[in-house]
Amino acid sequence: MAPQPIDQANGRGLKAWLAAPVPSSPFQARMQQLSLKWWRLRANPAAMFGLAVIVLIALVALFAPLVATHDIYAQDLTMRLQRPSAAHWFGTDELGRDIFSRLVFGARITLYIALLTAVIAAPLGLIVGTTSGYLGGWVDIVLMRIVDIFLAFPSLVLALAFVAALGPGIDHAIIAIALAAWPPIARLARAETLSIRKSDYIAAVRLQGASPLRIILGHVVPMCIPSVVVRITLNMASIILTAAGLGFLGLGAQPPSPEWGAMLASGREFILTNGWIAGIPGLAILVTSLAFNLFGDGLRDILDPRHG
Amino acid sequence: MDKPLLEVEDLSVTFKGAHRSVQAVRGISFSVGREKVGIVGESGSGKSLTGRTILKLTPKAATISARKLSFDGIDLIAASERQMRGIRGNRISMILQDPKFSLNPLMRVGEQITEAYRLHHKVGGREAEARALAMLEAVKIRDPARVFRLYPHEVSGGMGQRIMIAMMLIPEPDLIIADEPTSALDVTIRRQVLSILDELVTRRGAGLIFISHDLNLVADFCDRVLVMYAGRIMEDIPARELRNARHPYTRALLDSLPRLDRQTDMLQVPSRDPAWLDGPTLQSGSRA
Amino acid sequence: MNASDPVMAASRPATLTVSHLSVVFGRGASALKAVDDVSFTLGHGEAFGLIGESGCGKSTVLRALAGLNSEYGGTIAFHDREVPHKRDKAFFRRVQMVFQDPYASLHPRKMVQNVLAEPLKIHGFDRPQERIDEILIAVGLGPSFRYRFPHELSGGQRQRVAIARALIIEPELLLLDEPTSALDVSVQAEILNLLKQLRRDRDLTYLMVSHDLAVVTHLCERVAMMSEGRILEEMSAADVRAGRAHQPYTREFLEASVGYRPIA
Repeated sequence: MAPQPIDQANGRGLKAWLAAPVPSSPFQARMQQLSLKWWRLRANPAAMFGLAVIVLIALVALFAPLVATHDIYAQDLTMRLQRPSAAHWFGTDELGRDIFSRLVFGARITLYIALLTAVIAAPLGLIVGTTSGYLGGWVDIVLMRIVDIFLAFPSLVLALAFVAALGPGIDHAIIAIALAAWPPIARLARAETLSIRKSDYIAAVRLQGASPLRIILGHVVPMCIPSVVVRITLNMASIILTAAGLGFLGLGAQPPSPEWGAMLASGREFILTNGWIAGIPGLAILVTSLAFNLFGDGLRDILDPRHG
Repeated sequence: MDKPLLEVEDLSVTFKGAHRSVQAVRGISFSVGREKVGIVGESGSGKSLTGRTILKLTPKAATISARKLSFDGIDLIAASERQMRGIRGNRISMILQDPKFSLNPLMRVGEQITEAYRLHHKVGGREAEARALAMLEAVKIRDPARVFRLYPHEVSGGMGQRIMIAMMLIPEPDLIIADEPTSALDVTIRRQVLSILDELVTRRGAGLIFISHDLNLVADFCDRVLVMYAGRIMEDIPARELRNARHPYTRALLDSLPRLDRQTDMLQVPSRDPAWLDGPTLQSGSRA
Repeated sequence: MNASDPVMAASRPATLTVSHLSVVFGRGASALKAVDDVSFTLGHGEAFGLIGESGCGKSTVLRALAGLNSEYGGTIAFHDREVPHKRDKAFFRRVQMVFQDPYASLHPRKMVQNVLAEPLKIHGFDRPQERIDEILIAVGLGPSFRYRFPHELSGGQRQRVAIARALIIEPELLLLDEPTSALDVSVQAEILNLLKQLRRDRDLTYLMVSHDLAVVTHLCERVAMMSEGRILEEMSAADVRAGRAHQPYTREFLEASVGYRPIA
């Protein structure tokens, strides 16, 4: 977008470029804002811990074939139910598969579900919520009643119903979770929009002759994005738990897929004798959910001034 | 004049930041007797902070230092939080800009005034209630018995501010700090509220620190004016002589005001001299 | 130009004619007549002030004129032609508004450049970059402010950006809603000077709303005193300065505005 400021950055150092009192390009101005936020996030150790865990899991998922030590599908009944050892860091499951390697590949599935759900639910909730809040009237009534209907079901039950209708499988689970995840986002975006639409800066663009579409997309949505991002990050934990729950119930990822919930389910039988089989995927779910929650809290502090 | 109520010498308030500390009030000295002292300045001049510092109601990040900060012989710097609680509301009270934020929305007006009185005086409920009604009458509320039973959202801005004044004056404090008490009010109501404040303060012989951004108002209402800029007191001047102020900053502020008495084409925009930041306080006019 | 003479002012070609404007909030028993039969005329190049205390309906008049509230009775004519209740783009191109609180009237996440580019885009102006530079210079900020965000600016700078945003599409009539009441006195002086200068340079017509008599009479040649939704009387700035008021309420307001005099 702007090769020239990057040259400048190299010339005088990135720090000077970011601290320049008069930014010379929009790109530099945005980067300066971003770096300020980054500095504030840096000051929050819990959020940094959450971010570090998320990055670690993402890296592990990305390089799963390199990180994994064993073939995740290879069964070896002679080696079943092994305790953690040098050969099998987290032990083996009831079919003799390496739990560490399965966990590593399982991270891919978990992040895939979490990201795809966010990508579906956030824009959907954002558009429905802002449109409903900005236009008001019958549009608001119709859209919000639809949201109410979705909200009336517990998310896991709703997801169960969808998977039951569509058939089990990871993609269907994602659709089901996304369908349960967007209504709270729509509510949030609508509530934000209701206060934003009364503000003077919206009145000012209206007086410039801007169309409602332009106002919603160009002025209302950017104001709602931070709180939606925060909300979706905080929701990640429950999305991961729902995904694991569906896997556990046999309605999400199907065997022999190394989805964490499914792994937990298969380890259930041995929970008293060989606790690690269920315990390790359970711990992975816990740590990942916690990381997203901690990071989401930190994100809220820097993005949402009302909680800062 | 007898011994001043409040003596402040070399008072500084510093905010500790992550990277650097900011001195919001920088070594100011003044005293307040049983008189009306106005503190004027623009936003960021430290005028409100000065008022809060006297009650030690500064934010956590702020540190107060002073050679002397004494009220009626009590060293406020050394005073414990417990001692301060005994002073706040009882001997020094504070009136804020917007009564909406200072009154408890869930409590009836009368109960709040009664409570304010009983907090510092050991009297029965009946007597406190009678005092509260008398106080509402003193702030010229026409039907005190009815207003006594209202909730804060049921009263207008002007009446709310009068109720605040009643609540703050009922423990009979010796010093009242009013931080922009009339800025949220319309001009005609402002006049009533100020009259009431004036009358009560004068009658009881209390001291008043009146913090405001409005030079004209302070010039008319107060006895003495402190002009603050960038955490310093630029000038300490009798109010009636304010319009002949000598400090260039005070002059500049006065000249930047649009005037009703004569037509001006372009207003003077104050230019600021860095030397003022560390300059001494100009003691102007005849000392009372 | 003897602008302070109301007779002279009224004889100029009318830019804005407001007749029998009324605005009612709510319905039935709880209905509140916020504006009640307000009429006035604004000549080309004139500056006219509506003055009154909070709740007198002055801001409601302004919002109805601007088109922010399309539920009003009576007629509003711009150059002797009645404007539709739902305003069109052509109207906004010629009538712009500056708001009271510069901290609320700029989008918190938009750079100055984007704030100024938007109206140009909506109204299809050519040379947007040059126009942005020109207007930033005209309001005394300069092109270096292009890539700033509102939170990096002081109140006065924000208000200058808001004025730039209103003027960049070269309107004729500027509606000013207490444009300096949220600012310090020294910044107020800067903004009032700027508004005076811009009006001269660009041949603008001003309609200003304020509760501050000194500010209104500084900028406007003619003022109307409002109370309880009605215009009590129209006066020239010279009348105000001399204290020539006919209505008792106006007299009280004038007196209270001068400063503090204890009520005897």
